[in-house]
Amino acid sequence: MLKSNTNKQSKPMLSIKTPKSLRAKRALEKRAPKLVELEKKTLILHGTKTSNTLNAVLTEIYHLKKDNSVKYSRRNDNIRPFEAGGETSLEFYSLKTDCSLFVFGSHSKKRPDNLVIGRTYDHHIYDLVEVGVENFKSLSSCSYDKKIAPLIGSKPFFAFIGEGFENVEELKHLKEVLLDLFRGQVVSNLNLAGLDRVYVCTAVGSNKVVFTHCALRLKKSGTVVPKVELVEVGPTMDLVVRRHRLPDESLKKEAMKVAPELIQRKVKNVSKDAIAGKIGKIYVPDQQVRSTPLPFTPKGVKRERREAKAKGDDKHSEKKQKKQKQDDEASA
Amino acid sequence: MAEEHQQYQIDLGNLVAFDPNHQFSCLPDNREDLVKECIAHGTKLIQAVADALFNLPSTQDASGPVVSLPPPSTKLPREKPLPKPKPPTKWEIFAKKKGIQNRKKDKLVYDEQTGKWKRRHGYDRVNDDNDLPIIEAKMTDEPGVDPFAKRRSEKKQRVEKQEKNRLQNLKEAAKVGALPSHVQLAATALPITGTQTAPRKVSKDELQNVAGMAATSTASGGKFDKKLAGEKPPKHDKKYRKFLPVVEGSGMGSLEKQQSDKILNKLMAKNSHEIFNVGKAVDMYNAKSDKKRRNQQGKSSSSTSSKLKVRKSPYKNASKKKLSNKGKSK
Repeated sequence: MLKSNTNKQSKPMLSIKTPKSLRAKRALEKRAPKLVELEKKTLILHGTKTSNTLNAVLTEIYHLKKDNSVKYSRRNDNIRPFEAGGETSLEFYSLKTDCSLFVFGSHSKKRPDNLVIGRTYDHHIYDLVEVGVENFKSLSSCSYDKKIAPLIGSKPFFAFIGEGFENVEELKHLKEVLLDLFRGQVVSNLNLAGLDRVYVCTAVGSNKVVFTHCALRLKKSGTVVPKVELVEVGPTMDLVVRRHRLPDESLKKEAMKVAPELIQRKVKNVSKDAIAGKIGKIYVPDQQVRSTPLPFTPKGVKRERREAKAKGDDKHSEKKQKKQKQDDEASA
Repeated sequence: MAEEHQQYQIDLGNLVAFDPNHQFSCLPDNREDLVKECIAHGTKLIQAVADALFNLPSTQDASGPVVSLPPPSTKLPREKPLPKPKPPTKWEIFAKKKGIQNRKKDKLVYDEQTGKWKRRHGYDRVNDDNDLPIIEAKMTDEPGVDPFAKRRSEKKQRVEKQEKNRLQNLKEAAKVGALPSHVQLAATALPITGTQTAPRKVSKDELQNVAGMAATSTASGGKFDKKLAGEKPPKHDKKYRKFLPVVEGSGMGSLEKQQSDKILNKLMAKNSHEIFNVGKAVDMYNAKSDKKRRNQQGKSSSSTSSKLKVRKSPYKNASKKKLSNKGKSK
C-alpha cells in the first residue's frame, strides 16, 4: 500500500504516459513545437455584444481563412483582452484549439464595432491591436465575374501603401499583425498558376487604414511577366487603430529566435565555375624540413652523446627526452 | 520622385510590396474614389512584385510553372518556443565513445533449423526464447534450478532494467526540457489535493494512521493487504474482546476474580468518597487559598462591603465535594 523508494524491487515513483493510439500520438506531435513552424491558426470569437456589421466582419474573415481558422459562435462575457485578468479565457481557448492568432469582436457605446487582433506566444498573449471597423463593405455587395473568385487557401499578395506604415508605431504594428494574419503558410515552392488574391492596405492619416481584398487577374503581356489587374471582390473596411499593446522586449527576443541550425552560414572557399563545376582551393602549408621529427634516430650520434654525457653536458639528453615525448603524443 | 516610386520594398518570400513614401496629398471625398485610388496604386505595387516573381527560374509542373521562393525577409514571431535538442541517451553516449555504428536490421531472417525465412520480431519469430524444447545442462548449473524458469526470470530482469534505463533517459531529457512531445512523466503516488499547493510532508505516525484507516476500510479489514518489507503490523490486533481461558493454569492469579474486581471498582467509584485523587485535591486547596489571600488584600484596600460583591458561582463549591476518580480509567 505504502510506496517507498528504499526497496529495490519497488516500482519507480514516476510513470511514463504515452498515447495509446497512433492517432493520439499524431495529434500530439502536430501540436508540439517544431523547428520550422506550420501555418498559424486563427480563433474568431466575439464578446458580450455585437452589431450587424461586426457579425458580418467576423464571418467574412472566417471565410477568407476558412481552412486554418476556428469560429466560435457563442458570446464570451469574461474576455477583456486589454485588462490584466481578462485574457485567461483567451489563453485557454488558444491552448485547446492550438490557435496562435485570434480576432475578438465586441460592440459597445464607447467602442463601436471593435476588433481586437492578437497573437499568442506559447499560448500566452504576445501582442494586441485594437481596431475599429468603419465603412464596411461585405463580400456579397461586390459584383464581379465569378470565375475570378479566389480559391480558399491560395497564397495572397500584399500591398502596403503609405508612409504611415513606416512612421507611426501603431500602424507599423498593425501592418505586422495583418501580414501575420493573412499570410498563410510559408512555402518554398509556389505554383504561379494559383495566385489569386491581393490584400491592399493603404494608410490614410495617422490612425486609419483602408483594407481591401481583391481578386487577381493575370493578363497576357508580351513578356514573361503578365499584366496584373485587381478586381475588388471581398470585404473592404476602414480600420481605425484605437489601442495596441506591444510585446515585452525579452518576450519579443525569445519569440524572434531562429534555430541556429537553420541559419545558412557562408561556406568558405567554395565557388562555382561554369566549366569546371564546384571549385575549392587547397592551401598547402610550407614544408618544415629542418624541424620535422624523424621517425628514426640517427645512429652516428651515439659516441658524441657518450662523450657529451661524460663531460657533464646535459643538453643532448634533454632534447632526446623532449623528442620522445613529442613522438608519443603524435602517435597516440 | 519617379525613382522613389520604383523603390518599393519587396519581400518575395511573403509576396509583399511596401511603398513607404506614398502620401495622400488630397483625400478624395467620395469613398468609392478613395478605394479606387487605393486599388490603382496597389496594382502598381503588385506589378512590381509580379515582375520579380516571374523572373525567378521556374520549373514546369503538371498544374503550372513552379517557382522556388526565397525565404521571407520580414521576420515574424514564432508561435511556440524553439524545441530543445534531445540530450543523448546513455547508450548513445556509450556508442559514440566506443565508435559503435548503428546497423539496419532486416525484418526477415533465415532460420536454419526450419530452412525458412522468419520474421525477426513478433509471432513465430527466429530464435524465440520460449520455443526451446531442450536446454542442455552445463557444468556450472546447480542441480535443483529449473533452467526454463531461470531463463524467464533473466529475461524479466533484463526487461525491467531496460524500463528503468528508459525512465532515466526520459528524466534526463525532462530536466533539460526536451521531453518528446507524446510522452508525459507522471508521479504516481502523490496525494490528491484539490488546491494547487504542494502537498506537505506527512510524518511517519500520520502515514501509519492513514494506512490503518485505509486498511480497515477494505472489505476484509486490511487482513490480506500486501505489506512492504519495513511496514509494521497493525497496532490494534483486531481482537476487541478478550475471553478468559476456560481452565486456569498454575502460577496465574485468579483472572476471573481480577476482572470482576475491576468492573466493580469502576462502578463503585462513582459514589465512593474513599477513593481520593490526592493531586487534584491539593490543586484545589491551593487555588482556594490563593483566592482567599487575594480577596483579603482586596478588602483591605477597597472599602466596599462584601454584600455588594458578586458571588461568582453559587454552585461551584458543590462540585468540589465529589473528589473521585470518576474520569480516570485504566
